[in-house]
Amino acid sequence: MPVRAVSRGELAPGILRGGLALVALLTMAAGDASNGRAIIANRQLSACLLCHTGPFPDPHLQGNLAPSLAGAGSRLTEAALRQRLIAPDPDSIMPSYAATAGLHRVGKQWAGKPVLTPQQIDDVVAFLVTLRAP
Amino acid sequence: MKRLLPLLLLCSIAAGPPVDLRSGYDDASAETRAMQDDDGGNPGFLWVREGEAQWSQPAGPLGKSCASCHGDATVSMRGVAARYPLIDKATNRPMTLDRRIGECRTDRQQAEALPPESDAALGLAAYVGLQSRGMPLNVDADNPFVAAGRRLFETRMGQLNLSCAQCHDDRAGMKLAGAVIPQGHPNGYPEYRLEWQAMGSLNRRLRNCMVGVRAEPFPPDSPEMAALALYLAVRAKGLKVETPAVRP
Ligand code: HEC
Ligand code: HEC
Ligand code: HEC
Repeated sequence: MPVRAVSRGELAPGILRGGLALVALLTMAAGDASNGRAIIANRQLSACLLCHTGPFPDPHLQGNLAPSLAGAGSRLTEAALRQRLIAPDPDSIMPSYAATAGLHRVGKQWAGKPVLTPQQIDDVVAFLVTLRAP
Repeated sequence: MKRLLPLLLLCSIAAGPPVDLRSGYDDASAETRAMQDDDGGNPGFLWVREGEAQWSQPAGPLGKSCASCHGDATVSMRGVAARYPLIDKATNRPMTLDRRIGECRTDRQQAEALPPESDAALGLAAYVGLQSRGMPLNVDADNPFVAAGRRLFETRMGQLNLSCAQCHDDRAGMKLAGAVIPQGHPNGYPEYRLEWQAMGSLNRRLRNCMVGVRAEPFPPDSPEMAALALYLAVRAKGLKVETPAVRP
C-alpha cells in the first residue's frame, strides 16, 4: 500500500506539539466512506460513539461528552478532520487514533498498536466529509 | 448558536474532586435504587447470608472461626469498613479491608486463601461491610499514599488515553455511551452489579474501568491498587457506606 510523508504545511501547528512521528504514515489510497461509517458505528472498534452523538442507530447508546458528528464535514476541512483523528489537541479527551507512543500502561493486547490503522483512518475521514449540515 | 452549545457545555467542565458528593446510588435508576433499599430483594444479601454463615464456621488446622476471635460481628465489626483502607502498622502501607480479611484467613486461621472474587471472599467482605452500613466513610488521610493515589487517579492511561479524573471528576453526570458517569465512589463494595449479574469487589470495578480505556489494570494486591482505593475513600469522605449496594 503506498504511503507518503505528510508535509508540515498540511497540518495545523498542534500536530507537531504531540511529537507524533507516525503522522507520516498516511496512506494515499482514497478512503472508503461506507467502511468509515461502519468503523464509527462499531463502538468496540473505534469508541467514537462512547463520547459522540451522530446520525447512527441506537441514539440512546451514544455519549454526550463531545459535539455531535452530524455536519462535521461542513464545519471542518478534510485536513482538519484528519488532524482531529491523528493528533487531537493534547488537552482534549479525544484519543489520538494513530498514536503508539506517549501513552501509559497500555494493555498488553493493544500495546504498540494504534486504535485504528492508517487505512481505517482514511475510511473514517472519507465518511466524515460526507456529513454535511442540512 | 445551537451548534456552539455543546462546546460551551464542554467549557464549563469542572476541575478537581467533587465538592457535592453524590453516591452512585443517586445516579442509579428508581428500580435499581428500590432493589438496594429492600434487603429481601437485594441480590447482594445472598452473599451476605453466605458470609454470615462462614463467620462462625471453623476453618484451618486450628479449628478457629472468625467468631472464635472476633465474637459477634454486629458488635466487633461495627464501623470497621468505614475506616478502611488504613495504614497497616506492621508494613506502614495502605491495607484494604479485603486484604485484611484475607490475612486473618491465611495467617490467623491458617486456612487456605479464598480466591479473589469467589463467593466466599465476597460474602465475608459483604457481611463485614454491612456492619458499617449507614456510617460515613472516615478514612485517615494523613499519609503520603493519598497523594500517590490521587496522582494515579489523575494520570491518563491506556490506548484511549483517559484518566479516572477526566471521567469521574470532570464529567460526572454526563453520558459515556448509554451510561451515566457516576462520581466513582467506593462506598458500596462489595456490590451487586446488574451488568455482572453478580457481586464484585472494588478491585473488579477498577479493573473494568482500566480495561475500558484499554489500560493494563493494576494487579489486585499491588501498592498502586491500594493507593487508588485509599484515595477513592478519602475523596468520598462523609458518604455513607451502602454495602451491599446495587448498581447498573
Ligand atoms: C473520549 C471521548 C472521545 C472519543 C472516543 C472520540 N472523540 Fe471526537 N471529540 C471528543 C471531544 C471532547 C471533542 C471536542 C473538541 C475537543 O476536545 O477536541 C471531539 C471532537 C471531534 C471532532 C470535531 C467536531 C467538531 O465539530 O468540531 C470530530 C470530527 C471528531 N471528534 C470525530 C471523532 C471520531 C470519528 C471518533 C472515533 C474514531 C472520535 N471522535 C472519538 C471526544 C472524543
Ligand atoms: C486467631 C484469631 C483471629 C481469627 C481466627 C480471625 N481474626 Fe480477624 N483479627 C484478629 C486480630 C488479632 C486482629 C487485629 C489485627 C490488627 O489490628 O493488627 C484482627 C483484625 C481483623 C479485622 C480488622 C479490624 C479493625 O478494626 O481494623 C477484620 C475486618 C477481621 N479481623 C476479620 C476477620 C475475619 C472475616 C475472620 C474470619 C475469616 C477473622 N478476622 C479471623 C484475630 C483473628
Ligand atoms: C471513560 C470514562 C471512565 C474512566 C476513564 C474511568 N471510569 Fe470509572 N466508571 C465509568 C462509568 C461509566 C461507570 C459506571 C458504569 C455503569 O454504571 O455501568 C464507572 C464506575 C466506576 C466506579 C463505581 C462507582 C459505584 O457507584 O459503584 C468506580 C469506583 C470507578 N468507576 C472508579 C474509576 C477509577 C479509579 C478509574 C481510573 C483507574 C476510572 N473509574 C476510570 C467511567 C469511567
